[in-house]
Amino acid sequence: MDKETIPQELLDQRKSDKFNELLRKRLLPVIGITIFLVIWEVAVRILELPSYLLPTPSEIAITMVERFHDLLQNSWVTAYEMLLGYFLAIAIGVPLAITITASKTFDNFITPILLFFQTVPKISLAPLFLVWFGVGTMPKVLVAFLISFFPIVIDTAVGLRSISPDMIDLAKSMGATKQQIFTRFRLPTSLPYMFSGLKVASTLAVVGAVVGEFVGADKGLGYMLLVANSNLQTALMFGTIVALTVQGLILFYIIQFLETMLIPWHITVRSGKEQEFGTM
Amino acid sequence: MTEPYIQLKNVDKIYLTKTDAIEAVRDVTFDINESELVAIVGPSGCGKTTILKMVAGLVSHTGGTITIGGKIVDRPQTDLGIIFQDAVLLDWQDVLSNVLIQINIRGMDQSEYEQKARELLKDVGLDGFETKKPYELSGGMKQRVSICRALVHEPPLLLMDEPFGSLDALTREQISMDIQRLWMEERKTALLITHSIPEAVLLADRVIIMSPRPGRIVDIKKIDLPRPRRWDSLDMKFNEYTGEIRKVFQQQGVLALR
Ligand SMILES: Nc1ncnc2c1ncn2[C@@H]1O[C@H](COP(=O)(O)OP(=O)(O)OP(=O)(O)O)[C@@H](O)[C@H]1O
Ligand SMILES: [Mg+2]
Repeated sequence: MDKETIPQELLDQRKSDKFNELLRKRLLPVIGITIFLVIWEVAVRILELPSYLLPTPSEIAITMVERFHDLLQNSWVTAYEMLLGYFLAIAIGVPLAITITASKTFDNFITPILLFFQTVPKISLAPLFLVWFGVGTMPKVLVAFLISFFPIVIDTAVGLRSISPDMIDLAKSMGATKQQIFTRFRLPTSLPYMFSGLKVASTLAVVGAVVGEFVGADKGLGYMLLVANSNLQTALMFGTIVALTVQGLILFYIIQFLETMLIPWHITVRSGKEQEFGTM
Repeated sequence: MTEPYIQLKNVDKIYLTKTDAIEAVRDVTFDINESELVAIVGPSGCGKTTILKMVAGLVSHTGGTITIGGKIVDRPQTDLGIIFQDAVLLDWQDVLSNVLIQINIRGMDQSEYEQKARELLKDVGLDGFETKKPYELSGGMKQRVSICRALVHEPPLLLMDEPFGSLDALTREQISMDIQRLWMEERKTALLITHSIPEAVLLADRVIIMSPRPGRIVDIKKIDLPRPRRWDSLDMKFNEYTGEIRKVFQQQGVLALR
């Protein structure tokens, strides 16, 4: 349709739709959170709750500013462990999924083992890693790796299998080689599934790193949380939790951004109403 | 007389599954001459798709022989275009690229066929949509894209497996007319599989009628109607043909006697 022939009302409608959408998507959550914080602040003051039980949001904010340097320094440690574990999971998980879907024999050999280990609660292995590898970075990376590994392998494998048989027949009728079928048809088809696994894993990786630190560490946000806990510095505990949450969210949104860049055709990206946070 | 372009002689197909063996088609013999459009009609599960895939070399046959242009079919054939019930487009590519993937995968010169692709798209009413992505198209538009993709490399053979199967009645009529027009322009050898007796009679030079599974050929009707045939000017003769085919199905117990 030519631009000029679109009725003005429709254009106006679109403008106001856009504005309403902006209002709904951006402004309402901010208002919601603000109201929540205000109620929290007022309630704590009226009920005169002691700070070690429940600090006010303003107290948490002040503590975070005061201890900003510590928080930042420990954030780097945890971020490093989390990212290393996460990327290791991608580096091993994606090729593994490709091999599983490419070879029936390998599939039959490895999948039962994978399913078994998937049901093992990964965080329960953390103490074991401490025994094996000491208090260094290694055990934290390993827990982060293990916990984010399975969603990546499983979703990538599901994605690689999701191609329709007709699509493969079509490719063959074009004389496509095995390699072409993989790179031009199968792999692109799998991307939406793969990204859903990557997103779930991104929120789990931070859990892995923190649990690793809980078990035994001398730095990192998990360690800082434990120290604040033993000193009854509840405001600082909240501050650490906020820092952890922000960290997880940043990774999640980076992956989500890559997803919208790489697979703009994907339906959940277009409608923008998917929720793919992992819970643990 | 020249040899038929496609020949099936006593073709059998038994699918082996983990638990049992399914006899899909039995002793199927027919041929398709060059530039002829042959339709297969038959009840669901009688092996129509199986026959098409065996001709394309995508499914192996367990008995008999299939030849195309005198050559035995024993591997996926590439001198053809296929249209499936679903459009199976690449979601991540635009309409033009979805047509040109055919050229691209074959390693043919893209720039040489771009014009052809655009002409085909225009022919089916999709000019202006070249840069749209499949999710921006309706089901009928997607199927038209897949028709263009099946024709862009100018194959000598066109295979169609219920190309109207997932479309609404109005779109079916339009697209069947598109197919007749494109076929009349280029006179390709074509095999059409359909559930619909009127569609088979409207489009085909000959209609092959199949029995329920295991699918056998029970009759082959030659359709002597002038072209182009149109949905709005169907006459007595058309009704006679559909009636005859209907009767064959009734004798087979596929359609109830009134
Ligand atoms: N890959 C397969 N493995 C086992 N059995 C199969 C396979 N493909 C088809 N069959 C069986 O072969 C028979 C014929 O299937 P086919 O798909 O050729 O039927 P059709 O005539 O195309 O049916 P429809 O009209 O419903 O598409 C069916 O009974 C089906 O169950
Ligand atoms: Mg079928």
